Amino acid sequence: MLLRHTTTEIKERKALTVNPAKTCQPVGAMYAALGVHGCLPHSHGSQGCCSYHRSALTRHYKEPVMAATSSFTEGSSVFGGQANLLQAIDNIFTIYEPEIIAVHSTCLSETIGDDLGQIVAKAKDDGKVPEGKHVVQAATPSYVGSHVTGYANMLEAFVKYFSFNTNEKIRQVNMLSGWVEPSDMRELKRMAGLMDLKTVLLPDTSDVLDTPMTGKYTMYPKGGTTVEEITSMGNSMATVAMGDFATRKAAIMLDNKCKVPFKMVDIPIGLKATDRFVQAMALAGKVSVPDVLTEERGRLVDVITDMHQYFYGKRVALYGDPDNLLPLIEFLVDIDMKPVYVVSGTPGKAFSKKALEILAEKVPEAKVQNGASADMYLLHQWIKQEGVDLIMGNTYGKYISRDEGIPFVRTGFPIVDRIGHSYFPTVGYTGGIRILERILGALMDKIDATAPEESFELVM
Amino acid sequence: MTQFLKERENQILTKGADSAEIACGKKSLAGSVSQRACVFCGSRVVLYPIADALHVIHGPVGCASYTWDIRGSLSSGPQLHRLSFTTDLKERDVVFGGEKKLYHSLIELIDKYQPKAAFVFSTCIIGVIGDDVEAVCRQVTREKGIDVIPVMSEGFNGTKKDGYKIANEALARLVGTNNDFKPAKYSINILGDFNLAGELWILAEYYKKLGVEIIACMTGDGRVDEIRRAHHASLNVVQCSGSIMHLAKDMKEKYKIPFMKVSYFGIEDMSEALYEVAKFFDDEEMMTKARELVTNEISKLLPALQPYRQKLEGKKAAIYVGGAFKAISLVKALRLLGMKTVVVGSQTGNAEDYKLLKELCDEGTIIVDDSNPNELSEFVKLTGANLFIGGVKERPIAHKLGLGFCDHNHERKEALAGYVGMMNFAKEVFASVTSPVWKFVREPQQFNMGAVPPDSSESQSS
Repeated sequence: MLLRHTTTEIKERKALTVNPAKTCQPVGAMYAALGVHGCLPHSHGSQGCCSYHRSALTRHYKEPVMAATSSFTEGSSVFGGQANLLQAIDNIFTIYEPEIIAVHSTCLSETIGDDLGQIVAKAKDDGKVPEGKHVVQAATPSYVGSHVTGYANMLEAFVKYFSFNTNEKIRQVNMLSGWVEPSDMRELKRMAGLMDLKTVLLPDTSDVLDTPMTGKYTMYPKGGTTVEEITSMGNSMATVAMGDFATRKAAIMLDNKCKVPFKMVDIPIGLKATDRFVQAMALAGKVSVPDVLTEERGRLVDVITDMHQYFYGKRVALYGDPDNLLPLIEFLVDIDMKPVYVVSGTPGKAFSKKALEILAEKVPEAKVQNGASADMYLLHQWIKQEGVDLIMGNTYGKYISRDEGIPFVRTGFPIVDRIGHSYFPTVGYTGGIRILERILGALMDKIDATAPEESFELVM
Repeated sequence: MTQFLKERENQILTKGADSAEIACGKKSLAGSVSQRACVFCGSRVVLYPIADALHVIHGPVGCASYTWDIRGSLSSGPQLHRLSFTTDLKERDVVFGGEKKLYHSLIELIDKYQPKAAFVFSTCIIGVIGDDVEAVCRQVTREKGIDVIPVMSEGFNGTKKDGYKIANEALARLVGTNNDFKPAKYSINILGDFNLAGELWILAEYYKKLGVEIIACMTGDGRVDEIRRAHHASLNVVQCSGSIMHLAKDMKEKYKIPFMKVSYFGIEDMSEALYEVAKFFDDEEMMTKARELVTNEISKLLPALQPYRQKLEGKKAAIYVGGAFKAISLVKALRLLGMKTVVVGSQTGNAEDYKLLKELCDEGTIIVDDSNPNELSEFVKLTGANLFIGGVKERPIAHKLGLGFCDHNHERKEALAGYVGMMNFAKEVFASVTSPVWKFVREPQQFNMGAVPPDSSESQSS
């Protein structure tokens, strides 16, 4: 009982987070930057930040994750980190030769008041940025928001820097993706391809964080949205932005700067969110939905029909990132499960409001909390008060799952104890089937393991 | 090696080709993709294994998230150290200060978990926003009657090594606070073993057989009360000297406890550790027991290693680990398996360590301080290594290069210390180096050319 100290009684906590359901901005900025081709993320702060983020991403993706750091010293914390960043930019372009350096700040550099924009401008003035190379910067203070906020800020920085409207309209739709897996990015492109749409997906970590084994190590793998593609986003017909928390900023930036209108949709997780995504894409690209997608949809609905009895009324506890949770709880409601507890460490009132709207009719008893003191400790307390049949979330749910004997489906970030997330998408209709398969697997494994002999079933 | 940062030249040397000493203990260059971490990381890892203490991380959420239960330092009892507690500072706190939040957090946590002591880690911005962490700790100590110890580990304030030192100072505040303890005739403290995969428990068995009592293990399966009485020991036995030497020296000065540096990896170093301890106590019976133990273990181990050695003979290894002292043992352990070390480096080695390494290694071995992925992958290519020994960030790079890998860091899954550890090490290295997967590595065009039938490509294990 690793969590033996968790009490059933919930006392209001004045100031404390126990087992957080989020992490800090810079790691999100780093992940987003990895989805741009030839880009080296750069952490402007102490060395540890960069090392922790790289380790965190490596544990999740089992892939090399490259990023540089300003390696702050005591001196930098007093006199500012300008000298470090200038030297870093110089060194990086000399040695690691990226196309782009994507600088993000940290709590330290923000607190001492480093102005990234000014420093980067100085680097350009000083000739430290070679011709044709780029330095993009985003402010990502760790004490604001969460890793999702950092992701959003970095995305915004990319389109702000690169995208231009040159008045040549191209038949192209922008897809701004929330924080999903390389497999999901690949699936989004596949679906767009089925619709015969030319698209730009930003960011795109497929072929970056799921690279094949070739016996060679490549610092900049072949994947990632290219500079040309991001630039061309300013000429696209429209933007479909998936996930409010992660992509709205970038979508607005594209609209303001390049007059590319946008449609906000959820990340296409589950049936209805995928419907809305497909519809938004069809509208944006002025195409019709091909039969093959409708058939995929039909297969998902078929699975729901066949297995409905196992979903019906099952109580689920979920935690994770807002953009991923909202469509997921909607999907669970649609398959007749009961998402009774929902926790996200990422602050933002819109989340709880939307989540409660989704749950209002079918699961009025649901408890939703995000932001302050919305952590795994609270989730566990809720579960202790009244149990659930299933837990869904990142690896950190395994403690609760084990202590309480509750089936557990891993989803979100980070997943450091199982594989699959990099390879099998959970977005789209097919991804929906995978979610169902995994939910059923977890529930049925428990039924099989605990059913009395006489009711142990062969056919389920 | 022209593609490397020029400023790093003197942190890399090739035995035989370069006569100069390696430069080390330097700050990493800004802009390098260093594998190093920060001061906080150093402090956190040293104190982490104290399982019945509360570890509160004062700062924004990240530092707590990233260090939540990621080290395989096992505890035989309490598991409090594996939870993650943070004051999760917000913008408001950065402006108005986080002292109140810290105070309330500590009070709530101490009431709830009743820990034996508490450590409060300061992260980067704490010094900058001017929180008086020491004062809060003093206040809570007064109110709650347990030691609440500030660990001023702001990330930028030096290197990971400085973080070790700060943690050592925190430990030193506990050492010597319990005088009601009668040690056995022969007693030691173990310093710098992190009980990864239960390694300490293996060592404890050996010492028990020698008739030596372990009073405290500071950094593995640690307990506050044991550390309090650690000054009653006659000897400090230090492994992973980089992380804990400061405390050993401090205890020598304050309590006149001598220390010795040992390593538990590989047959030679493990045996020497036991002999040295027996020699220290100058007890013939203990020495006899040590000899018996060593003879007994080795006579079982050597024949068991033989089949592995046969398969591994002549293979080449690259080592990149945290501390250089460990690297030294690894070079020897690999030699026992018939393997040659062609690249060896560390994040935090000191001049003495590197000197030893240089003496120990064969001609042509590349020795490097504070390396980065580009360099490492270049070295591996240059030397044709078959195995890489490193930590979490190096594993996928090694795999991408088609190399076997052994985690000799905190994510190891098998105990690698002691005689049984040597056996595990051999098995792990063997399994990884001779894995059938290396036969399947193809570049995309090889399929198209049709030149390489699926099973006949070069195997790294052949």
